[in-house]
Amino acid sequence: MKRTAFILVLLIGLLLAWAARDFPAWGDPHSPASSSAVSSHFIANTGVDTEVPNMVTAVLADYRGFDTMFETVVVFIAGLAVFSILRGGPNRRTRDREFVVDFEPDLIVTNTVRLIVPVIQIFALYVLAHGHVSPGGGFQGGVAMGASFILIALSWDLKTALARFPIERCFTVAALGIVIYAGIGLLSMFLGGEFLDYAHLAKVFPVSPEMARYHAMLGVEIGVGFTVTAIMFALYAGLSTDGRMRDGL
Amino acid sequence: MFEEGSIFNQLLVERLNYFIYVVLLLIGLWAMIAKNNLIKKLIGMSVFQTAIILFYVSIGVKDGATIPIYLPEHDPHASHLPLESNASEVGAHGPQVLEASLVSSYTNPLPHVLMLTAIVVGVATLGLALSVCLRIYRGYGTVEEDELLEKLEQMDGQTGGGRGRRRPRKRSPRRNTQESNQSRKVTSAEKSGSQKPNSSRRPNPKNAKPKPSGESLNKSETKDENRPKPVRKRRKSPPRKPREDSSQ
Amino acid sequence: MGLELFNTLILSLLVVVAVLSLWVRDLVVSAVVFGIYSFLMCLLWAEMGAVDVAFTEATVGAGVSTVVLIATVFNLKRKAKD
Repeated sequence: MKRTAFILVLLIGLLLAWAARDFPAWGDPHSPASSSAVSSHFIANTGVDTEVPNMVTAVLADYRGFDTMFETVVVFIAGLAVFSILRGGPNRRTRDREFVVDFEPDLIVTNTVRLIVPVIQIFALYVLAHGHVSPGGGFQGGVAMGASFILIALSWDLKTALARFPIERCFTVAALGIVIYAGIGLLSMFLGGEFLDYAHLAKVFPVSPEMARYHAMLGVEIGVGFTVTAIMFALYAGLSTDGRMRDGL
Repeated sequence: MFEEGSIFNQLLVERLNYFIYVVLLLIGLWAMIAKNNLIKKLIGMSVFQTAIILFYVSIGVKDGATIPIYLPEHDPHASHLPLESNASEVGAHGPQVLEASLVSSYTNPLPHVLMLTAIVVGVATLGLALSVCLRIYRGYGTVEEDELLEKLEQMDGQTGGGRGRRRPRKRSPRRNTQESNQSRKVTSAEKSGSQKPNSSRRPNPKNAKPKPSGESLNKSETKDENRPKPVRKRRKSPPRKPREDSSQ
Repeated sequence: MGLELFNTLILSLLVVVAVLSLWVRDLVVSAVVFGIYSFLMCLLWAEMGAVDVAFTEATVGAGVSTVVLIATVFNLKRKAKD
């Protein structure tokens, strides 16, 4: 079986390598991907349409906002599914672990983490809010924030982290993120535009249409950040305790 | 062999990056097919996913281009800056549509956007797949593919190939760690041997583990180890009374 | 020239690390080496100019993916058979 797999994979590799000869040269500015009309339009018009310097955030949250909304929904569904798989089994016999983790929280680790976690969280919020101007945005900030809770869980125990961010609240926050995202889209629809067409928000807020898109992008990224934070922590909490939320890592 | 225009030159010199991506794809694909452990298969899947993301991002690379964030002279926010004495510079004119020559000095942002989504969805998929692995371990006691197939065949053989009313007893993970070094052939003697109560076949190395000193682990661990385990029943019978872990 | 050397070095390291992560028998070592793989990818993307993607891979790959793999492996058997 392994030999067959190896031969098969080698054949596929030869085929792919043969096809790789047709790729454009590395870094060619006139390759079809680099000179396509869509990306040229994005690069040229992001400034006038949205006044956001970071083109990637503008394309992610404004021009392709629909994709991002459903990506957030996918992350949410993954978090839900992890819990329903791990908690829904009928036979919840106790499982003896191979090794027992010594649960005494270490003095140096806990005190260092006590100093570091607020800094991490503020940095995560900064990354989220500054995603318009520098690399960053909702996903990066959200994951960093979730990672700060995972750090609390790793240096003390999971119970301490769950006392600060219970699992029910995790899912509430995650759902709230999607509601914020879809809510901004629906608000634009109620004001006369299409779904997720932020320029129409200028009718209720005293800003120009370009700045309305700017600020709506921030709102949307906040929604994404909520969902990603909650689900990353819920993922860790579920997987490290086999769904039982008790003796965690 | 390495002259201009030959295959080796084209592949290994001009397009070395793409060749390495193909190699990474092959490594991931082979791991998904040929590895025995489910976790290794998942790592292979992740290697495959990240290799594809690497390929996708690299088709948008332009020679000599800068990152896809506007430089200060094209900054759309410059019109909001307080007017200074050097208002004649380009930056103070505010947002403008870039012409084609300037467009090619910025890296293509579209592959980056698509691959941002792909990375996050990839980690969500990884989390989901790991939870399925945990569930398999809880149900069958192993995450090795050949042992799983054996168990499934044996279960099929016992139930006559279909969904019978009798389901065989599931092996507990404890039993497997004890026997993981011996051959995995399941005989009927071993099946009937599983009816003995657990207290008589607890191996000693387990009790020699250092007991945890933190209070959050003490209760559950000592309770689990000292209580005699009830004999496992079939799963088709009506639900039993909740056992020790009623953490629902 | 320096940039190409950097590229080639990181790419060859990437292949070595991918093979290593799948070769070792201990699953925790496998997960940690997978974290190294993530980090090398992040460097590669930062060099290519894809800074957003590099940032995301740094947080997601090292922050979440590695930790979640190790947390799962602690609930399973740590030694793989092959």
